[in-house]
Amino acid sequence: MPKDGGIGASTKRREDVRFLTGKGRYTDDINIRGQAHAWFVRSDVAHGMLNKVDVAAAEAMPGVLKVFTAADFAGVGGIPCGWQVTDRFGKPMLEPKHPVLAEGKVRHVGDPIAVVVAETLEQARDAAEAVEVDITQLTPVLDMKAAIAADAPKVHEEIGSNLCYDWGFVEENKAAVEEAFKNAAHVTTLELVNNRLVANPMEPRVAVGDFDSAGGMHTLYTTSQNPHVIRLLMGAFVLGIPEHKLRVVAPDVGGGFGSKIYHYAEEAIVTYAAKTLNRPVKWTSTRSEAFISDAQGRDHVTKIELALDKDNNFTALRTETYANMGAYLSTFAPSIPTWLHGTLMAGNYRTPLIYVNVKAVFTNTVPVDAYRGAGRPEATFQLERLVDKAARELGVSPVELRRQNFIKPDQFPYQTPVAVVYDTGNYHATMDKLLEISDYAGFEARAAEAKARGKWRGFGVAHYIEACGIAPSNLVGQLGARAGLYESATVRVNATGSLSVFTGSHSHGQGHETSFAQVVAEMIGIDAGQIEIVHGDTSNTPMGMGTYGSRSLAVGGSAIVKATNKIINKAKKIAAHLLEASEADIELKDGKFSVAGTDKSVDWSGVTLAAYVPHNYPLESMEPGLEETAFYDPSNFTYPSGGYGCEVEVDPETGKVEIVAFSAADDFGNIVNPMIVEGQVQGGLAQGIGQALMENCVFDENGQLLSGSFMDYAMPRAEDVPFFKVDHSCVTPCTHNPLGVKGCGEAGAIGSPPAVVNAVIDAFHRAGRTDITHIDMPVSPARVWSALNG
Amino acid sequence: MYNFEFVKPSSIAEAVKALAEEGAQPLSGGQTLIPTLKQRLNQPDMLVSLTGIAEMKGVKAEGGALVIGGATPHAVVAAEAAAQYPALAALAGNIGDPAVRNRGTIGGSLANNDPSACYPSAALASGATIVTDRREIAADDYFQGMFATALEEGEIITAVRLPIPQKAAYVKFNQPASRFALTGVFVAKYADGVRVAITGASNDGVFRWTEAEEALSANFAPEALEGLSLSGDNMISDLHGTGAYRAHLCKVLTKRAVAAA
Repeated sequence: MPKDGGIGASTKRREDVRFLTGKGRYTDDINIRGQAHAWFVRSDVAHGMLNKVDVAAAEAMPGVLKVFTAADFAGVGGIPCGWQVTDRFGKPMLEPKHPVLAEGKVRHVGDPIAVVVAETLEQARDAAEAVEVDITQLTPVLDMKAAIAADAPKVHEEIGSNLCYDWGFVEENKAAVEEAFKNAAHVTTLELVNNRLVANPMEPRVAVGDFDSAGGMHTLYTTSQNPHVIRLLMGAFVLGIPEHKLRVVAPDVGGGFGSKIYHYAEEAIVTYAAKTLNRPVKWTSTRSEAFISDAQGRDHVTKIELALDKDNNFTALRTETYANMGAYLSTFAPSIPTWLHGTLMAGNYRTPLIYVNVKAVFTNTVPVDAYRGAGRPEATFQLERLVDKAARELGVSPVELRRQNFIKPDQFPYQTPVAVVYDTGNYHATMDKLLEISDYAGFEARAAEAKARGKWRGFGVAHYIEACGIAPSNLVGQLGARAGLYESATVRVNATGSLSVFTGSHSHGQGHETSFAQVVAEMIGIDAGQIEIVHGDTSNTPMGMGTYGSRSLAVGGSAIVKATNKIINKAKKIAAHLLEASEADIELKDGKFSVAGTDKSVDWSGVTLAAYVPHNYPLESMEPGLEETAFYDPSNFTYPSGGYGCEVEVDPETGKVEIVAFSAADDFGNIVNPMIVEGQVQGGLAQGIGQALMENCVFDENGQLLSGSFMDYAMPRAEDVPFFKVDHSCVTPCTHNPLGVKGCGEAGAIGSPPAVVNAVIDAFHRAGRTDITHIDMPVSPARVWSALNG
Repeated sequence: MYNFEFVKPSSIAEAVKALAEEGAQPLSGGQTLIPTLKQRLNQPDMLVSLTGIAEMKGVKAEGGALVIGGATPHAVVAAEAAAQYPALAALAGNIGDPAVRNRGTIGGSLANNDPSACYPSAALASGATIVTDRREIAADDYFQGMFATALEEGEIITAVRLPIPQKAAYVKFNQPASRFALTGVFVAKYADGVRVAITGASNDGVFRWTEAEEALSANFAPEALEGLSLSGDNMISDLHGTGAYRAHLCKVLTKRAVAAA
């Protein structure tokens, strides 16, 4: 292993030096000479006719350059949707136009109506107050089930319905599933809500548009998880700018959690305004704006049923889910409750027959899209709550019912009835590891001790599966994706042997600059300090698809491995020439090329120098230089899995739930940097616990966001989470990517919510409250008290 | 925020004079006012800072009472009241976060009288005297409902005089998001009786639970509260809890405060 860390080393994150010393360069740190400032006028009603927008008074205000309204964007396309879902009848989903500024109607609180661009931010804000907006309020569409009634008001009149699609999966299994339920010895039914969340990355969204009139070059600096995707969507579908005249830069980004995947109107507007005004234009979201303009997460209402035979084997599963799309289709919104959700409903189990029905519904709320886990947490929450409920109804141990129905270690690769094939896994092993690290055996004693203190202690377990390493392009194309989901890398070796690695992945907290360098260092046998990881700028990185879906190491890392292998192959040819040996005899070890069985060798930098100073070089058969690009398209998803155990204490007097212990035993395949993996899991667990106990996005009956600030939207803090026990020693390597890695970014947020709620229900039941079989998230003190005293 | 004039007087007299100007507002630690200004929800012509006035700062013991300058930050109260009035110091040390505690002041909190703030319960349970630039107001007369007090326009809280109890405790149940009091109960036992003041719960702001005071004055023990209850009818009901839940918490927390005192 390189002395400063190769694969398997807990190398400290090199990027943290700049993040922790205030040297990070975020989009808001970018200020361009001559920059003007944008302020958005947004709808303060959820649903209304936009009769008139009068900007005359505002445009006369000091410092105002222009006030843009929808009329200024008449020649511009709407914000596109990147995934088309086909419904259970074979028809494409309803896809309403999403104008960059509201046209004729406003459809959610926060819907942008006008944009003031002025010399200073305060001038823009002053003038925004002078924009006269005349809105006739309409009845807002808020409840999903009511929204699809024939006589419900329509969010988008032109598409005739609030039902975006009615999806069935696997539609051909529907009758067989019904039959299995008729023959079941026991059926467990559960209705639940997966609460809507606000992503709340620490850094709000920012966009700076710049235009070079001499060269006709547009530049957009933006807080994005995938700058190339933004370039494609905004350039080709919204503004009509060809890629070679559009550069998108996503510099340091302070967290995304999915919310910075999507193309947002603000990005197109600052880019367009910069050209119109021939001035750089900057917009920085306030935290208040983020609550009403960033795509939100989850918001499913589900009925799920499990059929079991007389021996407690799962025989069939069916679900009916209402998924909130909000007012418009965000970039990947239609795919979340369908292909990222329905395909995971087998979980870790051998359930032979599954039918998933999802109705996606438009409402007068902020658009909903992927949020850490995206569809997979919703699937896991339903399934793991349901299995727990089944175990309680049958009077068997939740651990044993799971174990009995787990896919067995020798059954991999395993074809599920919901299309996907799990390549590897060992769920019995992760469950055993969980019980070991959580001291499951000692729980009864801890529960007795808590009881003496007046607390109800409960232990909840959940075992998750997720599909990561998104995704095989040809497959997702068949499923409706309007994008490929490969990843790219260019490895540029410099003359004296250092490397610049350009990746299409994007790091916004994941530590790629460290872990990707570890991979290349290991392959070549040089120090990681010799390797720079470059990302986030379409002008210097190959076309890449960015970071989400726990895909970066599995897909982006694989592209880097491919490109590095090309480099090594060429370097071996150069070494063979220098050493006057056959290429087949050249071995690379610890940064040195040697001829097998001899003491002849040349070190790495000797070869790289020869590549760029090709005096002694086979120019007749090989180009000089040492730079390679690779694109990697995965052949399957990866399937991380794990067992999570949560131990809570409920205060029956106040209803407060305290998490007193939490253990996670994950199988992420091979691990490059254990410290970063542990950090990712801990962060995910904190987010999952936030959803389970605290976070809730609540609209009132008028569609106003009640939880519109941190005064009412409860984010978890350090004091709200315990010291986590995290283990990733159970390893079944992925079989189809070169590193054998599976991805770890979302696991914590996927597996933890059901573990928490199962623990609360366990505490209730141990205290004799077996009448309470479910409680919806967030399990707040007030909800617990209501459940106990309802 | 909108533009405003800013003055920072060094004496109470200068501050009072400045506040007599049309459109002038006092600014103490600014933990409520500054966010309000940033949201453009308030448009003062002039802000008169009270944090540069030495005579309004500090904690001192005086004849069985603690006298705390109106512009004294919570962090200072937490540190300097700890020996004489630990329950008050603990309350101050658990308001907001370190930034809030080093900026926010006791006078600012009492003048604002947020229905979920901690300090009003301490002042009311302690039978405190609110000392202003022109008079002294008994806590029982001072609090007049949500965000409403006996203060006149331009009147400044220069100090708060809190009689030191024999025993006291404050138990706060956090609103999960803001960490203000979803309900908070301050219990103080004096030679002449027990006072119980509750914040966070009522639509009328901080209030005394007189039935509990009588019961506890007779028997200062959690059991003394058995059989007592408050109605949730006029309690705050919001997305963090119903009025009934808050009424329930009032009793639970009062018991816990008595046990902790």
